[in-house]
Amino acid sequence: MKAAPFRYHRAESLAEASAMLADLDNARLLSGGQSLMAMMNLRYVIVDHLIDLNPVREMAGVTSHDSYFEVGAMTRQRCLLNDDAVAAHSPIFRAALSYVGHLQTRNRGTVGGSLAHMDPAAELMGLAALTDAEITLTGPTGARRVAIADFPQGYMTPDIGFDEILTTVRFARWPAGHGWDFREFAQRHGDFAVVGVGSLLTLDSVGAIDRAAVVLIGVGDGPLRLVEVEALLTGVRPDTELFRAAGEAARHPAITGDALVSADYRRQLAAVMVRRSLTDAYRRARAAVGKEGGHV
Amino acid sequence: MSDAEMSDAEMTREIAFTVNGQPAALDVEERFSLADMLRHRLGLTGTHLGCEHGVCGACTVMVDGHAVRACLMLAVQVDGAAVTTVEGLADDDGRLSRLQQAFSDHHGLQCGFCTPGILMTLTEFLADHPAPAEDQLREALSGNICRCTGYQGIVDAVMDVLASPPPAGGAR
Repeated sequence: MKAAPFRYHRAESLAEASAMLADLDNARLLSGGQSLMAMMNLRYVIVDHLIDLNPVREMAGVTSHDSYFEVGAMTRQRCLLNDDAVAAHSPIFRAALSYVGHLQTRNRGTVGGSLAHMDPAAELMGLAALTDAEITLTGPTGARRVAIADFPQGYMTPDIGFDEILTTVRFARWPAGHGWDFREFAQRHGDFAVVGVGSLLTLDSVGAIDRAAVVLIGVGDGPLRLVEVEALLTGVRPDTELFRAAGEAARHPAITGDALVSADYRRQLAAVMVRRSLTDAYRRARAAVGKEGGHV
Repeated sequence: MSDAEMSDAEMTREIAFTVNGQPAALDVEERFSLADMLRHRLGLTGTHLGCEHGVCGACTVMVDGHAVRACLMLAVQVDGAAVTTVEGLADDDGRLSRLQQAFSDHHGLQCGFCTPGILMTLTEFLADHPAPAEDQLREALSGNICRCTGYQGIVDAVMDVLASPPPAGGAR
């Protein structure tokens, strides 16, 4: 199908896009278009005005800071995947982004577009939740920062006002040498994950886990941080039994079923995948410590 | 917005770009997809439309060197860009590119509907990954659906291109 008629507006700057958004009725912002254009072609979404952010160069780019990576909303998913500074410090970004759609959609799709669209299986929302990211929204009266935990308001409903534009996201950096893992179970590579798991952990001087973050994607309205699992892991020297127990604790009541997959099946997948994910994250953390001539 | 305001005259836009190296300038409807413009305005019907919502990959073309879904881009968005379609792969005299010839040699196509999109995807992928492992190649193909070949002939074609040295005097 073809999109219903609309007027196309090319924004050359953030200020121009903001002004258009304030002026035009029933307007939507167009970033990479890899979800919005499909929804418009299917006429799930019918707009009067489309404001194209692609020419706005000031909204794209990745910068590394001491405590976070700042990513402009219009940064292509390909560019974040290929960013060597990010990958060297936080390999989970490249691992997770390789699951985002396909190379053709990553060539157009943007980081901010994915966060604003907020698909329940979005890997970038998972990374944001895992790293306690902070999102900046720019509106007529200035910028507003939102913690990722407060960003989802419901199914595909982010905390973005009608007159606001998602401009940047700050992913907090974990200490160098942290353990990490990202994996998905899907029918085919690039499909929406039935379950996806991301894990980060660090070890203290005696080899116990001193910090852990675990997230599930594709299991409900938005990314699900498994805080109970994180508490279970913290302060403990891991063994296979700990990771088995962590997997069991991942059978979260908030995990939902859909027309194709039951909630019980998703919980079973979550249990197995969290166990495997933590096992690999721990192996990587140990390897990093070994490389530094550490203690474990 | 009233119907009067949505007149046809207001809903078109002048764009200029290159397609397969040739300059093009058109006045296109704002809601026209890149794929529809290539097919209906420029007659480049090698770009196929399958699903029109970004899933099948048949419409894949290259914009400024990157493979994209032509059904998910608007024609007005290629203003100033360089577009390459499957028609741009062969030589001017019709000699197929090595990848195209390998598809023919290894039965990498049957009905051929998906083939243009797969060729455009692989053109970028092989430029970025000169020596991919087979599983990397299969992952790169995940964004293109082929219902005839089971992908085996396609993988064989690419592996053959990778295994044989480019001919002297011009690798393509």
